[in-house]
Amino acid sequence: MREAEPALNGTGLNGASSSVQAVPDKIVTPCPRCRDLTLRRELEKTLMICPRCGYHHRLTAKQRITYLVDDITAFQEYDRDLTPQDPLHFVSRAQVYATKLKENQNETELSEAVVGGIGTIEGIRVSLAVMDFHFIGGSMGMVAGERLARAMDRAADMAIPLIICSASGGARMQENIFSLFQLAKTSATLTRLRNVKMPYISVLTDPTTGGVTASFASLGDVILAEPNAMVGFAGPRVIEQAIHQRLPSGTDTSEFVLEHGMIDAVVDRRSLRETIARILRFYTAS
Amino acid sequence: MSYELEFEKPLQAIDKEIQNLKKRGDRLRPEDQTKIAVLERELAQRTAEIYAKLTPWQRVLVARHKDRPYTADYIRLLCTDYFELRGDRRFGDDRAIIGGLASIDGRHVVILGHQKGRDTKEKIEANFGMAHPEGYRKAARLMRHAEQFGFPVISLVDTAGAMLDLSAEERGISESIAENLQLMAILRTPIVVAIIGEGGSGGALGIGVGDRVLMLENSVYTVAAPEAAASILWKDSNFAPQAAEAMKITAPELLQLGLVDRVVPEPLGGAHRDHHAMADQLRQALTAELNELCDLPLDVLCARRYEKWRMVGIPASVAAV
Ligand SMILES: [Zn+2]
Repeated sequence: MREAEPALNGTGLNGASSSVQAVPDKIVTPCPRCRDLTLRRELEKTLMICPRCGYHHRLTAKQRITYLVDDITAFQEYDRDLTPQDPLHFVSRAQVYATKLKENQNETELSEAVVGGIGTIEGIRVSLAVMDFHFIGGSMGMVAGERLARAMDRAADMAIPLIICSASGGARMQENIFSLFQLAKTSATLTRLRNVKMPYISVLTDPTTGGVTASFASLGDVILAEPNAMVGFAGPRVIEQAIHQRLPSGTDTSEFVLEHGMIDAVVDRRSLRETIARILRFYTAS
Repeated sequence: MSYELEFEKPLQAIDKEIQNLKKRGDRLRPEDQTKIAVLERELAQRTAEIYAKLTPWQRVLVARHKDRPYTADYIRLLCTDYFELRGDRRFGDDRAIIGGLASIDGRHVVILGHQKGRDTKEKIEANFGMAHPEGYRKAARLMRHAEQFGFPVISLVDTAGAMLDLSAEERGISESIAENLQLMAILRTPIVVAIIGEGGSGGALGIGVGDRVLMLENSVYTVAAPEAAASILWKDSNFAPQAAEAMKITAPELLQLGLVDRVVPEPLGGAHRDHHAMADQLRQALTAELNELCDLPLDVLCARRYEKWRMVGIPASVAAV
């Protein structure tokens, strides 16, 4: 993965350190579902899918991009120097937002919860944006929203397909309305793709809830989800708290939204890349 | 009208004194008359003092006040004629979002908004202003109707948030809001949004995108309720007042941050004190905005709206990168 060339990006990039998250350095990883312990390097060979039960572990942005594009070293990342702001100078009892940003940047080696760029999937050039749940829960900061909008702009400008992999708990409360309005911004910017007749494939990964589902994630021309991901506006826990009732198991999962007509397919991570390519060929190959 | 908010207690004492004197009716002595006049002046002065320095949390309480005018009140007070359009033509008629054809200041418009409900029966019918997908889809239907016939849209926002329950999820609450965000970004007719009470997150934004976003002086706009933000960021929902302060949720603050376009002044003591005066202020503001917007060629209007929302919430320093 490399930075976009200055000529393409429009501005010079000053050699900021890699903003892609390193794989956490652990030898064994427990499966949250079957509790099986798997060697980290074994898990990475199986795209972070539990070999015993098929559970799809959450991915870092770097893993996600690596698994999707043809050649990670040819992936051109954009907007890395577009770094998050603290527009409200937000301080709560538990934390100083500016400090939290720095901590998350250090822990994840990302500068925001969204990584955007240009790469190829089975030879098809796409504008790709990936959310990373490890960065403040993949929440929608103003710069996260701006990076998504710029990925949409690139797709429209270059007349290439757009792929967004969502993973988000929703709003970023420390930015209040700056965060909320990113939903309107991203939804508005997507309309540009209509003019170039290029598809937007929205890929929902665990978890995709809150504002993200109430905007661009639900506006894909084709919407895919990984198996058993939590997908929904509120998520089951919040609903149960709100209505003081137990929900049927499986509420607000990929399979639930498929059954209710909200998405087109649930796709195993091992076939996600080829599925996306197969879909894209309908729009790009003559 | 009663004084129920904690910070209005000093006003309640004065008001009670006035009411007690007035009870004397015909037996009112001249010195009582003078006393009443003095007390009324004091009441007005104290009200002005208290309302001039409301904290953000106190504004939340005013925005949620049970006597605050709701969308149905504004429709009644603003419109010389109104015909309600009901139903989303797909599933049902959500009473949490109402709207229809209206005439305001001699102009035909489509007006819509969240409706919270005044008494218990209305509140239950309106689901306390928390809309299901069919509410947002009805709003979409009304807006497309406005576009087709060249009516400007007035959208009044007043909700704690979209409905969080199983049926909302099953029928696609996310998709219904997302569709509206996109629709309102490109609708080829003017849209003026006014936050009249609570602007609660995605459920508010779902009818909250437009050429102009107005906020009533004591309305609030939040991405999460202060109580929810406090329970996460302060680990204690009792810190809601602190969260309300930190999140910059009030109309003057959001105007200053460049996130909304105009603050509509409220009558002395808040909108709940005088519905007529409030409606009059709102009418003036809406008419001023519509006069300007309706003069613009549609292409210019739409290009400006797109640009407004494409660039929203990004400081110039960031936008330049
Ligand atoms: Zn497992």
